[in-house]
Amino acid sequence: MGNDQGPRHRGRDRGGKPPHSEPKVLVLPGDEIPDRGLQPGFGTYRVGKRLFASVMGYATWREPFVRIVPFAGRYVPKPHDVIVGVVQDVQKTFYLLDIDASRWAPLHTSGTPWEPGPGELDQYLRIGDAVLVAVENLDATGKIGVTMKGEDLGKLSGGTLVTISPAKIPRVIGKGGSMIHTITRLTGTRVAVGQNGRIWVEGPAEGIHRVRECLRIIEEEGQRPGLTERIEGFLQMTGPTDETGPRDPSSEPVDRTRPDRFDEGSSPSDDDPGRAPPRPDIPQNETNEGEGPWEA
Amino acid sequence: MSEVVAAEIQTTHIIDLARSGHRLDGRGIDEWRPVTVEPGYIKNADGSALVHVGATMVLCGVKLEISKPYPDTPNAGVLTTNAELIALSSPTFEPGPPQPEAIELSRVVDRSIRAAETIDLTKLCVTPAEKCWTCFVDIHCLDHSGNLIDAAQLAALGALTHATMPATKFGIAEHDYPLEVRHFPVECTFVRLGDKIVADPTFEEETAGQGRLTVATDELGNVVAMQKGKIGAFSPEEVVETVERAFRHGDRLRNLVRGT
Amino acid sequence: MGSVGAKEIPELLNAEGRRIDGRRLDELRPISMKVGALTRADGSAFVEWGENKVMAAVYGPREVHPRHLMQTSKAIIQCRYNMAAFSVDERKRPGQDRRSQEISKVITEAFESVVFTEEFPKTSIDIYIEVLQANAGTRCAGLIAASLALADAGIPMADLVASVAVGKVAGRIALDLKKEEDNFGEADMPLALVPQSGRLVLIQMEGHMTRDELREALDLGTKGCRDIYERMRQALRARYDVPAGAPAQGVMA
Repeated sequence: MGNDQGPRHRGRDRGGKPPHSEPKVLVLPGDEIPDRGLQPGFGTYRVGKRLFASVMGYATWREPFVRIVPFAGRYVPKPHDVIVGVVQDVQKTFYLLDIDASRWAPLHTSGTPWEPGPGELDQYLRIGDAVLVAVENLDATGKIGVTMKGEDLGKLSGGTLVTISPAKIPRVIGKGGSMIHTITRLTGTRVAVGQNGRIWVEGPAEGIHRVRECLRIIEEEGQRPGLTERIEGFLQMTGPTDETGPRDPSSEPVDRTRPDRFDEGSSPSDDDPGRAPPRPDIPQNETNEGEGPWEA
Repeated sequence: MSEVVAAEIQTTHIIDLARSGHRLDGRGIDEWRPVTVEPGYIKNADGSALVHVGATMVLCGVKLEISKPYPDTPNAGVLTTNAELIALSSPTFEPGPPQPEAIELSRVVDRSIRAAETIDLTKLCVTPAEKCWTCFVDIHCLDHSGNLIDAAQLAALGALTHATMPATKFGIAEHDYPLEVRHFPVECTFVRLGDKIVADPTFEEETAGQGRLTVATDELGNVVAMQKGKIGAFSPEEVVETVERAFRHGDRLRNLVRGT
Repeated sequence: MGSVGAKEIPELLNAEGRRIDGRRLDELRPISMKVGALTRADGSAFVEWGENKVMAAVYGPREVHPRHLMQTSKAIIQCRYNMAAFSVDERKRPGQDRRSQEISKVITEAFESVVFTEEFPKTSIDIYIEVLQANAGTRCAGLIAASLALADAGIPMADLVASVAVGKVAGRIALDLKKEEDNFGEADMPLALVPQSGRLVLIQMEGHMTRDELREALDLGTKGCRDIYERMRQALRARYDVPAGAPAQGVMA
């Protein structure tokens, strides 16, 4: 198999912009591809001198690798990726996190800011907690773990998680973070974007709903041109003063002790986790925007 | 294949949304996803129906065969219902013998069909104590996006309603004839999210749910079966109110099945 | 092979060289494939081939259950072929019978020959094949559905695996047997081919064939596999809305 220096994130992708002005070359597993003197990268394999594709996607030739940008596949952890995990188990010296990849990832006590002693781990994190962590190599063999030591990493409180295909994350962030800034600004939310396709969103319920819609649009239509306009258009159209009550007139009456419209001017009730003033979101790994053929 | 624990904040969010009458997919508290029933999907079967409830997909096949009656019911045929929660349909299902969830699903669907006297089992008797029809209702879940109980029961009803007795194949009669279906039970499942009880729950809502109530009704205004599931509780008033909602949805779904 | 019973043996080949359903000896039954048929699975495909209806789903790579099956250097492949109770003429008791277990094994081994399992140590790639309606050749339909599902899930492999059964009917070698031909014919040989290497990764045979007939059958079978392979590729492209004319042919030009 080729060296695994390919794009950081696999995932469902219906295609993306090619690098420079190269036409997109679709390949299926078993297709032979010319190496043009480059080294084999992700999604390729050699038989003698010949090179073949092992996954379905677009072939790209960008120094020093020829590789495939896959249409599908689970997230593959890469060191320094910031991702969102959910605690599945608490052991003596580490937590086990589900990171929506092919294996769970351990978070050792040494990788947490509080470094609990044995038996104290569940005082800090419990099963079901969502956390923002960074991927790191545990040892020279490439065994993967995660750490919570780092700026902006930590437990995620309030809000909710939205999951999309990892391959779409660069589109969600946009050039210089432009797309995600637009989304959070126009919805009054704050987010933490995980490279593994999980995005934490916090804010008023209507804002979260609109963020969810934007992410769905990006996932389904991300490969078509004019995505930025489409997202901005959607956000302007469904602005905060629109009536957005339940569609079904036979539904249960809305609780009268809370505002029955998602109006950003209303005061939150006691149950509301509190709408913090919009903070700059936390775009992760902006350097990733150079990756993959979908950046111009 | 063991269940992955969902993030607590997601569960809290779903329940908070419900408090203000909203759901993740934008539906109202009492709103169902689009439902389609396609009878006759499996030609090898004597009756069949493919049902979609939103993204949930369930297939039911009915097969009728000649067998011997049970000793204690010599004048009746046999009805047997089996539901498979196959691993293909969800990352949460394992291959192997039926798990408690599959057994409960089989029995809950069977109960509504039997209690409503959907089929007159004495009509399935051919020769008392010697020969009778056995009606196999086999349910295969194909895509689990929530509310398997209702989708499975609709598929079973759809398959029975459009089934043909293979009388010629077994030398019982000169022509094949339709299986007689006398009553039309439909199940409606609801899940508690905080103080709201939502209809037709999705997979995420079932995971976050704090109690589940299934109510089966027939076309005559009878409640024919009920099942409470999951961890959580309902007050008697809530049960009564939910039963009313089950009749409304049930009547609409009955028309859908009978109309196809 | 099925029992004869009171039914007469049907005419499997007429004077014009047409089979029981009008096909020529080297013709496939109508086939359609839909990639991405399910929402929960990582990859999926639905195949309708003649009167066969087969659904396949792939989950993984994911954690291994049960854990003792885990291998430290590579992923394991667990493939399960199963027939629904209503899929066959006589209602089948749910659960895996010995035939299903054997088919599961040979299909698993076919995929172990092409999937790059060493890329995902300590994980499992789970493949589920469910036959919803059967009319001979279900293991071939299941295999191609599973192959498409693997591609849909982005699992790296050397190539798609194409499969078809070839057999002997009324003394002649025929491609893609249907039920009556399988029941009353003289031989049945399911095959699976990896076109990239030109090699067969599944070979089963039952019946009577001379050596010449076997050679003829292998020729016809591999040709049939290549035909199926092209249709599989079209089905994958259709999933991503790529028109047939888009650049993918002539990559080496």
